Amino acid sequence: VKTKNNFSGKIDQLINYSGVYDDEFFEELEEILILADLGVETTNTIINKTRERIQIDNIKDKEKVKSVIKEIVREILIDDEVTSFKYPMVILVVGVNGVGKTTTIAKLANLYKKQGKKVLLAAGDTFRAAAVEQITIWSQRLNIDIIRNDQGADPASVIYDALQAAKARKTDVLICDTAGRLHNKDNLMSELSKINRVIANESEFFTQYNLLVLDATSGTNAVNQANVFNQATKLDGIVLTKLDGTSKGGIVIPIKSQLKIPIHFIGVGEQMDDLQEFDASTFVDALF
Amino acid sequence: MIFDGLSNKLQDTFKKLKGKGKLSEKDIKEATREIKIALLEADVNFKVVKDFVKKINERSIGSEVLQSLTPGQQVIKIVNDELTNLMGSANSQLSFNSKGITSIMLVGLQGAGKTTTAGKLANLIKSQGKKVLLVACDIYRPAAIKQLQVLGEQIDVSVFSLGNSTSPVSIVKSAMKHAKENYFDIVIVDTAGRLHIDEELMNELKYIKDEISPTEILLNVDAMTGQDAVTVAESFDEKLDITGIILTKLDGDTRGGAALSITSVTGKHIKFVGVGEKITDLESFHPDRMASRILGMGDVLSLIEKA
Ligand SMILES: Nc1nc2c(ncn2[C@@H]2O[C@H](COP(=O)(O)OP(=O)(O)OP(=O)(O)O)[C@@H](O)[C@H]2O)c(=O)[nH]1
Ligand SMILES: Nc1nc2c(ncn2[C@@H]2O[C@H](COP(=O)(O)OP(=O)(O)OP(=O)(O)O)[C@@H](O)[C@H]2O)c(=O)[nH]1
Ligand SMILES: [Mg+2]
Ligand SMILES: [Mg+2]
Repeated sequence: VKTKNNFSGKIDQLINYSGVYDDEFFEELEEILILADLGVETTNTIINKTRERIQIDNIKDKEKVKSVIKEIVREILIDDEVTSFKYPMVILVVGVNGVGKTTTIAKLANLYKKQGKKVLLAAGDTFRAAAVEQITIWSQRLNIDIIRNDQGADPASVIYDALQAAKARKTDVLICDTAGRLHNKDNLMSELSKINRVIANESEFFTQYNLLVLDATSGTNAVNQANVFNQATKLDGIVLTKLDGTSKGGIVIPIKSQLKIPIHFIGVGEQMDDLQEFDASTFVDALF
Repeated sequence: MIFDGLSNKLQDTFKKLKGKGKLSEKDIKEATREIKIALLEADVNFKVVKDFVKKINERSIGSEVLQSLTPGQQVIKIVNDELTNLMGSANSQLSFNSKGITSIMLVGLQGAGKTTTAGKLANLIKSQGKKVLLVACDIYRPAAIKQLQVLGEQIDVSVFSLGNSTSPVSIVKSAMKHAKENYFDIVIVDTAGRLHIDEELMNELKYIKDEISPTEILLNVDAMTGQDAVTVAESFDEKLDITGIILTKLDGDTRGGAALSITSVTGKHIKFVGVGEKITDLESFHPDRMASRILGMGDVLSLIEKA
């Protein structure tokens, strides 16, 4: 099933064939939003807002309802302020297990390298089997330097070494990998806070940018993830990966509306070029 | 917080009904509405929820509840029974071939936990006194082979690999030959993560299946998966006719509604759950515990007493 077309077709159908905005109409709208992983609460908020606007603007044309809903979602996703990046910069990449952190790092490194920046990688996942080898292979493919240690080494000290190397080598962008960790594991989250502090200690030399990687396939748990990671390492942005699948990644909508963390990039494949800047309009269009 | 949402709400609903004697259809509707919300908040697929709630409604409105002196208890019991039934009442075990080599193939989306689970399964089966061979068929992800080798070393299980320039089908073919010649009992095949809509890579799995006719084809699903779990599970099952499911990363705080979604669309049972990153973090699946978890009811029995 190619949901993208189904989805859009569905809402069109909904708008064309249901004679009035009855309960059934809003129930089906609920289904569309829930199936895109927006979650119960946000779905209800959006439906209520849609009801309101239909009334206030006295919308009779069902075609227009679609643009109303889209506008409501876009308003949530769009950013009031544009984040500006200053170099030299350190990007700390965090997230739960298997979401695509290491692959995203390769993609980001590729992006900055193409922009002519001097990039350095830090192999901060010293825990998972062959994690160091994985990021090392990417560094070789990209022809970018990497700071690494053996599996089992202290991740904070790898990051520290990388920061010193970045200073010495006049690196523009240092990107730090971390081991995947579930946000409900306190010890792993405090390890992350420690890594965060090591970078923050060098704030006179670098701007720090903490990036949370979220898997578009995930459901409501992503809200918890964003919440807790934001507490452990104040987040500056989100990368939503695996959008090349059939999941909509709608979970970023409640996250954005609750935590105000901007979505900066999307991952659309396993190769180093499969990274795109997040665009609210395109995202919303794909949603409906 | 969210976790005891449903039990509190249901308790409130039923408190109002207490002493009323019998429930009306409207009362039951209200209760099932709360159940619907709880299931959706747990990421159970919308369509699965709809069917489920309909069934609950029918059963509840049937005489067994309306005639009961403790209708609240009855509704909760029905919900819990139906959920547990859907996820398979029996504790499903791995199948082993009575003669020859048993082969197990692990499949799933990217990052679901296949390679880690391969190590965990190898460790478990090895501890039952069997000779296990791990086969590295992920020729795409950087260091995927090395990852399996590191895990194999940890548990002293051999890993069969032909590097990453031989096709996975040829790799399994050679691996089976190697296993026969060296008297292995069990072969566990780790495959690359792939999207269910990637036709080429889905065909690759089919060819591997045709080559070795695996005893088990286990779909690995991340417990945090949202609404799309049904699409994924359906696609893998249609293509491969999977024999079971492994639900990974259940050590998180997800309610894990995916468990219900995938079992209800495929009819296949969850055979194991992954509860951590360590090699020993693999447990058998308990449908009743999962039901309580999805509903956010830590202890259904105590709830029934209070209702
Ligand atoms: N289809 C698709 N796959 C992706 C994407 N990003 C990453 N992957 C795949 O997802 C799997 C996990 O990616 P990793 O980068 O290793 O994830 P991670 O978060 O670093 O994992 P851990 O370090 O183990 O927590 C790999 O198979 C990647 O190729 C994406 O945007 N689309
Ligand atoms: N917390 C937790 N982490 C797990 C569990 N199972 C696997 N992981 C982690 O999830 C991440 C991905 O696991 P892998 O085994 O590499 O997943 P995979 O399906 O082989 O990934 P690809 O080969 O890239 O598709 C790693 O960080 C694992 O340590 C689990 O049950 N609990
Ligand atoms: Mg990684
Ligand atoms: Mg793997």
